[in-house]
Amino acid sequence: MTRIKFDGQFFETEPSETVLQTLLRNNMQVPYGCRAGVCQSCLMRCLDDLPVPPASQVGLKAAQQVDNYFLPCICQPKNEMSVILPRTEDVWLEGKVVDKYALSANVMLLEIESKAPFAFLAGQFVNLRNKAGVTRSYSIATIPNASHTLTFHLRILPHGQFSRWVANELEIGMSLQFSQAQGSCHYMEGQLEQPLLLIGTGTGLAPLYGIIRDALDIHHHSGDIHLFHGSRDATGLYFESQLRDMAAHHTNFHYTPCISGENSDQARYTQGRANQIALEKYPQLNGWRVYLCGQPDMVLQTKKMAYLQGASLKDIHADAFLS
Amino acid sequence: MLKIYSIGQDSIMSDTLNTANASLFEQLGGEGAVNAAVDIFYRKVLADQRINRFFDGVDMDKQAAKQKAFLTMAFGGPANYSGRDMREGHAKLVQLGLNDSHFDTVIENLAATLSELGVSSELIGQVAAIAETTRADVLGK
Repeated sequence: MTRIKFDGQFFETEPSETVLQTLLRNNMQVPYGCRAGVCQSCLMRCLDDLPVPPASQVGLKAAQQVDNYFLPCICQPKNEMSVILPRTEDVWLEGKVVDKYALSANVMLLEIESKAPFAFLAGQFVNLRNKAGVTRSYSIATIPNASHTLTFHLRILPHGQFSRWVANELEIGMSLQFSQAQGSCHYMEGQLEQPLLLIGTGTGLAPLYGIIRDALDIHHHSGDIHLFHGSRDATGLYFESQLRDMAAHHTNFHYTPCISGENSDQARYTQGRANQIALEKYPQLNGWRVYLCGQPDMVLQTKKMAYLQGASLKDIHADAFLS
Repeated sequence: MLKIYSIGQDSIMSDTLNTANASLFEQLGGEGAVNAAVDIFYRKVLADQRINRFFDGVDMDKQAAKQKAFLTMAFGGPANYSGRDMREGHAKLVQLGLNDSHFDTVIENLAATLSELGVSSELIGQVAAIAETTRADVLGK
């Protein structure tokens, strides 16, 4: 017998009880369905460093397994476990702004340094919170590094409460709170030869950039990596020179900037929507790994198309957000 | 002992059939077979012009999880579907015109998936027979 920590309370387990049974017996409100490890409605995440029983991760995506996600309905705990429902992490960490500058007319780079070592995978996102309590989610556009810094690409919206505060009031040296890293849209170890297709619109580039750096710099991914970055106009295609440099240095990295609006430089930018261009260029995606980040409609539609064109569901990683 | 799904209020499966279902699930290859089948099956369903309108705008991951639960059940494996879940889950689609021909199309896609995976026609028949038991609930009859 051991105990389960959930929602700030400890619950003693009964012999041969599952985590879900323990929580339900104590009248905890948690979602569940089949109770047989099939429907995944009860998905939870374990915050401990110890791995969860592998049998409780059957059928989960590899990215979720790495992040200690598990199915409480088929998990008989061996040790004490601290568990949470997905995306309810509420532990705030302290960071200090170390850099801030414009990447384009309406995209800003923000770099913060974590006061303590911070575990994350490139491509995951955190919630940023200012002193007034305004909170927004942003993807991490860096790989883990020795100086514990995190980089974000923020679209500065005309009426954006948080982004305008960052642009106008936040200064280098000021502090900012951020949450644990979340999300399963990140690079996975193994299968170094697998071709990768990454499609992002606007600041959807941020997590993709982190994933590509992770693939190339840390894991030395050998398969082809195709990035399609889309925007209405050229000003949205920030990071163009960095990405062209990367393509020049890595023969397996291919960068295609796409413009869906008026394109005055056809030699430099491909005309059309990034997702359509990518899917037309690569109609057979069997065995590919696909990453999609950006506008929810684009992500939803492209996910379906990538799957219909042969990519396995477990190989499609998506992060939809308003850019 | 595998947990057996129930239809309506009572489990309609006799003990004899329970044993047969357990062995069917094993013969098909268990969990691994479901995972292999769901990717192919759901792709066929989404690509099928006769039925794919019923899947417009659905969350792909949630839907795939449901397809997996359905296949697990049809394979004679552990599942916990109730007839009422099936009815409630499909009631809106019935209003949109879901009928026997669409149900037949899904069974056809299921059989084609298994055939592609090299499953014998005899086992395909057994899977189709289990899937068939959900027809009345799915179509709200």
